[in-house]
Amino acid sequence: MSGVETILFGIALLPLSGLIGCMFAARSTTGQRVASVVMAVGSTLGLCGMVAAFNDANPQSISLPWLLPWGRFAVAVDPISLLFLGPIFVVPTLGSFYGWGYWKPFEHPRSGRRLGLSCGFLAGAMAMVVIARDGVLLLIAWELMAISAYFAATAEEGNPDVRQAGWIYLIATHMGTLCLFAMFALWRHATGSFALEPAHAMPGGMAGAIFLLALTGFGFKAGLMPLHVWLPGAHANAPSHVSAVMSGVMLKMGIYGIVRLTGLLPAEASWWGGTLLCVGGVTGIAGIAFAIGQRDIKRLLAYSSIENVGIIAMGLGLALLGRSLGRADWIVLGLGGALLHVWNHSLFKPLLFFNAGAIIHATHTRDMDRLGGLAKRMPQAAFSFGVGALAISALPPLNGFVSEWLLYLGFFGALDPATGRPGAAVAVGAVVLATVGAMAVACFVKLLGTVFLGSPRSDAASGAHDPHASMLIPMGILMAGCAGLGLFPMAAVPVLEKAVRTWTVLDGPRGLSLAALAPFSSISVMGLLLLATVGALALSLRMFLRTRTIRKTNTWDCGYARPAARMQYTGSSFVQSIVHLFTFIILPKYSRPALRGLFPAQDQFKSTVLDLVLDRFAFPLFHVCGKYFSTLRVIQQGQTHLYLIYILTILFALIFWGSL
Amino acid sequence: MASTTIHVLLLLLMPPLLLGVINKTKAFFGGRVGPPLLQLYYDILKLMRKGIVLSDTTTWIFIAGPIITLAAVVAAGLLVPFGQIQAPITFTGDLILFAYLFGLARFLTTTAALDTGSSFEGMGAAREVTFACFSEPAVFFAFLVLAKVSGSLTLSDMLRASVDASVMGSAPLILIAIGLFVVLLAENCRIPVDDPNTHLELTMIHEVMVLDHSGPLLGVILYTASLKLFVLGAVLLHVLTPSYLSTDWLDWPLFVAGMLGLAVAVGIVESVMARLQMRHVPYLLVFALISCGFGFLLLIR
Repeated sequence: MSGVETILFGIALLPLSGLIGCMFAARSTTGQRVASVVMAVGSTLGLCGMVAAFNDANPQSISLPWLLPWGRFAVAVDPISLLFLGPIFVVPTLGSFYGWGYWKPFEHPRSGRRLGLSCGFLAGAMAMVVIARDGVLLLIAWELMAISAYFAATAEEGNPDVRQAGWIYLIATHMGTLCLFAMFALWRHATGSFALEPAHAMPGGMAGAIFLLALTGFGFKAGLMPLHVWLPGAHANAPSHVSAVMSGVMLKMGIYGIVRLTGLLPAEASWWGGTLLCVGGVTGIAGIAFAIGQRDIKRLLAYSSIENVGIIAMGLGLALLGRSLGRADWIVLGLGGALLHVWNHSLFKPLLFFNAGAIIHATHTRDMDRLGGLAKRMPQAAFSFGVGALAISALPPLNGFVSEWLLYLGFFGALDPATGRPGAAVAVGAVVLATVGAMAVACFVKLLGTVFLGSPRSDAASGAHDPHASMLIPMGILMAGCAGLGLFPMAAVPVLEKAVRTWTVLDGPRGLSLAALAPFSSISVMGLLLLATVGALALSLRMFLRTRTIRKTNTWDCGYARPAARMQYTGSSFVQSIVHLFTFIILPKYSRPALRGLFPAQDQFKSTVLDLVLDRFAFPLFHVCGKYFSTLRVIQQGQTHLYLIYILTILFALIFWGSL
Repeated sequence: MASTTIHVLLLLLMPPLLLGVINKTKAFFGGRVGPPLLQLYYDILKLMRKGIVLSDTTTWIFIAGPIITLAAVVAAGLLVPFGQIQAPITFTGDLILFAYLFGLARFLTTTAALDTGSSFEGMGAAREVTFACFSEPAVFFAFLVLAKVSGSLTLSDMLRASVDASVMGSAPLILIAIGLFVVLLAENCRIPVDDPNTHLELTMIHEVMVLDHSGPLLGVILYTASLKLFVLGAVLLHVLTPSYLSTDWLDWPLFVAGMLGLAVAVGIVESVMARLQMRHVPYLLVFALISCGFGFLLLIR
């Protein structure tokens, strides 16, 4: 069996796992376990197929005609597909095992089987998206992915917040799909078929239109600003392992679409890369600014995903600019960094979402200002969360640093005198990235400090405990991935280099390799050196303290002997000054008590943070649209037989119009 | 090999001396005798002999904070050239690792502060991470200027590049030197951003984050703080004096003299200025950012 066939076989097992799970009783643990095992078998097959396909010198493709009048069942696996397939096979499977402890069937008899089914279909559909080589097949897989993500995310449909988040997601994803319909229609017009093959010649205007439609359509899924409106709500309200899959893998399908399409189009216009670079920079800064303002753990993580998508988009923008300006080093470093960041984000973000799930499972709240002191009560979760937070803040020696380092190298490389002033403008991307990095540290220090450190701010937090092993082991695997890619990044280089070569197939061969541009071994050496120093210092301190007296007392609070948990700095106060810097996009809302007289009555202080795009633009816009479209209700009175007659009339009208 | 040894010895042994020089300078301006030059060495040795008081609220993070911070700053110190001699470790893109090692140090210092659950330490940590949002872009603008001037992406080459001495050639470097000096003062919590001598917790950044650390841990923190001043000072010194006499035997003494001169300059600034109000600190840091940004603009104009 060839690599592609093995992968297809593995993919088929993913949705099947959910179907098998449905054959068991709703409260049965066996059903869930069997489904996870089937999913693991499918993923293992898929990963084996990936290895085979990677080592295969000329990877095969499968192309079969089907019953539909358009398109073909055409699939192929190239290095770009392989790169995106990796997270698709790993994260949902880990999520499925995580569900053993997190979403126990006897606690959720109504939604357990449905969740397993939709997660399996989601994983399978995503895998089909990245191997499809035909526009129609891709759209079918895309829609299947969108719908199954909807059903997975709205598992707790009894909750009105969940339903609202689900509706917003459904609307946003279909707006994106509409753009993709238009995009593939243009694609067929320009190339003559739906096949996703490199288009060598295309009029500039047509290529530009296809690029813009792809950017919008795929951008909705990736969460590029201002198309991110669906993302925070959907991620916050979905079960945590679904959030992990959505954030860690599904957003990347948007990135995949942009990478794939730009790889097939001849990139001559430099405004493509410039646009993507600017959109990425804005998404990065605004995403992390929004994240800083959040009180809900999962909303914070969701906004941080937007930030990471922004960073990836900046890398893609740099690579596109490199193609149009003929700079091979920008291509290699920009695309290499962006694709490595795709992997990295699909390691540390699911890790953080799994952790958030463990916290919610233990405390039943997502409000971080009601938590605190969990590091003492959930030490293992605290450690893995700390590793995830360091990794996502792009700090050495973990994986997030390596991909951002590649992007920095690309931006600094743009200073080359040969590129003149445009190059210098591109180089400012490094400053944007640095700002995002500093803000990410603020954001994750806030999250880690408020949730895990200090003393518990509520009874729920003081009764927390470490999660079950079935939840801890998936976290451990992801944590090992973060450390492994951070310390030995050269392991990823062969895949990245092949992917870059595939992406630039239209421009002919280029001489530069990623390993030649970026000294990965030095990063390894420094990382190991840092770890060794920390280890040596820790050991010597331990020896040192053995002979010293260690006295335990309470925290020093300026002589005040009984500090209480309520007196601690909360997450909101921690970031207040940063939130104030960004009031033009974050929109903090305060309702302050009006205190009058010497003995004011009891009152409340409330603070919330709104989203500029969703609360200021999207909601008012849809409200107005809803008002005007309601006049159309005269032709929609709820009588199905009339609707059937409408359809018939329209079909007749279309046929006559077509024959004119 | 010999130069690596000297580099490491200088890096590990000299930093506390800078604090002594700063304090002597301040004492001179105040008409006092001041503490001995080696006072910080004595303090650290004394702290190392003491026991520890730990808060019940804290976890292992409280102890890991100072240790990892020290390791990160030492690693960063290995990437900076001291004088005309190349740094012990140098590779393309080491400047980014350098900046992010300080990010790692900041992450660990602030989490260790939050581990105590004290609202004072929360305030200090909040200020530290907020001000970094200004100083980090300033530093990267400065790096862009240095990279453009030297045409290299290693700290050792960037900091030892020779520039043309014309007004337009040196103006960007002067601007980033001003910006980096402000960042140096802010990152090391010196006046006018922070007052290392005050004991009013509400107005401080760094001192307030380490209120609960005691004994050997406090010793590690004080040592790390001086190390940080030394490493960032070395970067600034190179920007101020892009090329020395290129005589090998004179190089180390010149570097040491330069660092001591820098310490005197910091001492003078501390003597003639008052600490800014906390809400005015962002203005100063934005000034640093703008200064570095204009330096870059001038260069690419």
